Amino acid sequence: MAALGELERSVMDLLWDHQEALTANAVRDLLAQTEDSKGLAVTTVLTVLARLEKKGLVSRERGTRPHLYHPTASREEHTVGLIEDALGTAADREAVLVRFAGAISAGDAAALLRVLAAREERDTSLPAGA
Amino acid sequence: MLLASYLLAALAVLLAWPVPVLLARAAWPSRAPAPAMLLWQGIGLAGGLSMIGAFLCWGLAPLDRGLLPAAGLLVHAILGRLELPGLDVVHLFALSLAALLGGHLLLTLARSAWRLARDRQRHREMLAFLSKPEAGPGTAVIDHDTPLAYCLPGAGNLTVLSSGLLRSLDERELRAVLAHESAHLDQRHDLLLLAFTSWHAALPWLPTTRLALQAVGELVEELADDAALRVSTREDLLGALAVVALAGQSEGPRPGTLPGAPGAGAPDAGAPSAGHDDAAAVPVPSSPSLPPGLPAAPPAAASSEALAAARWAVPGGPHEALSSRRLGRLLSPDAPLGPWARRLAGTSAVALVVLPTLFLAAAGWDVL
Repeated sequence: MAALGELERSVMDLLWDHQEALTANAVRDLLAQTEDSKGLAVTTVLTVLARLEKKGLVSRERGTRPHLYHPTASREEHTVGLIEDALGTAADREAVLVRFAGAISAGDAAALLRVLAAREERDTSLPAGA
Repeated sequence: MLLASYLLAALAVLLAWPVPVLLARAAWPSRAPAPAMLLWQGIGLAGGLSMIGAFLCWGLAPLDRGLLPAAGLLVHAILGRLELPGLDVVHLFALSLAALLGGHLLLTLARSAWRLARDRQRHREMLAFLSKPEAGPGTAVIDHDTPLAYCLPGAGNLTVLSSGLLRSLDERELRAVLAHESAHLDQRHDLLLLAFTSWHAALPWLPTTRLALQAVGELVEELADDAALRVSTREDLLGALAVVALAGQSEGPRPGTLPGAPGAGAPDAGAPSAGHDDAAAVPVPSSPSLPPGLPAAPPAAASSEALAAARWAVPGGPHEALSSRRLGRLLSPDAPLGPWARRLAGTSAVALVVLPTLFLAAAGWDVL
């Protein structure tokens, strides 16, 4: 199970790094170039691709044979999704994650910066003045 | 039993309005976050119990002098074995309210818990694809410029950091952030919040449920801050908070203009430019607690206006102006509450839960 999860990640990285859609065979061949994924059966790759498709990470072009697979969104787009989750952008998501400094308003953040700046100023000017 | 229902109703009214309002206004919770948290949990639990109990006792009062025999009669009646002439429409209504309220609260709690678990699981699944494997055990790093840290409770506690955060904080500040997040996870703050999230979701028209959720949310942060202060200094924690809070504002600076973010021009750091919004225009202080990658601008480069404002603000403390109590207590710490006051708060929390239970038990054995 854990090994399958790692394989899913490798396949996803591969698809994200490639500009064009790939067939399962191409994925297997590209994986075979890395040390730890040698001798992988195409059926295993197909299983992994099916799982990724079910998770909504990969979509399949059925017009061609063999089928071509490509990521539904780029790595960056998915990361932005995670960040939006964490920032609680959607109203009903607010409590999903507790974020460091989450409830601090813009005004408070600015005030805090000013205080820290003033403390710094005070601390650096004291030895010179003494 | 009628007397018990009146007592429970009185308690329910007190806990639904004046008590939470007073506690939310009080200043002492910041000096004793743990007893205050206990008190809030007690208010939530006792409030629900007394509200449901009041309707139940009042509705069952005409049937029997004791709660248990009356409930037995009601069960028989529902099963169709018995006619209950004593029960009129008003009392049936009260009983239905008790059942509806109890069911509503429990179902909302279950639904909130299920939703949160599902959303967190989904988030965790995506993290597995998007976080860097080189992060240490229990932490994951996502590649994003916004300095950000949060924790993901549940199966396999996880603290998530952004690469922007790692670039913006020095090692000591990072330690403060990690200690803060792991306190959230170790102390199961997600569970403490869950009760109040669902309480607010169940009764959104009751303003005190929002008040309670906010107060508990702030207490959870204060508890985690206190844990962080056991391994870090106040300055490190505040420095980290300043960087993250400023960057976390959704209407705040874009990643490109964040202090410490790649592309944030160091020469611009102290000079507010016209195109920036309010948050971005705040000059970056030349503090050692700021991004190590960012060459510290000498104080002279910072806006003299802002520094002048800060200078007069410090002695009296600008803390009246702060809306966040969490920041206020970090900037000008008050002595923690004395042991007797703490004990009093803890005892009150227990008493709050015991009281409606006693009323119900007394009604059950026909004492009240």
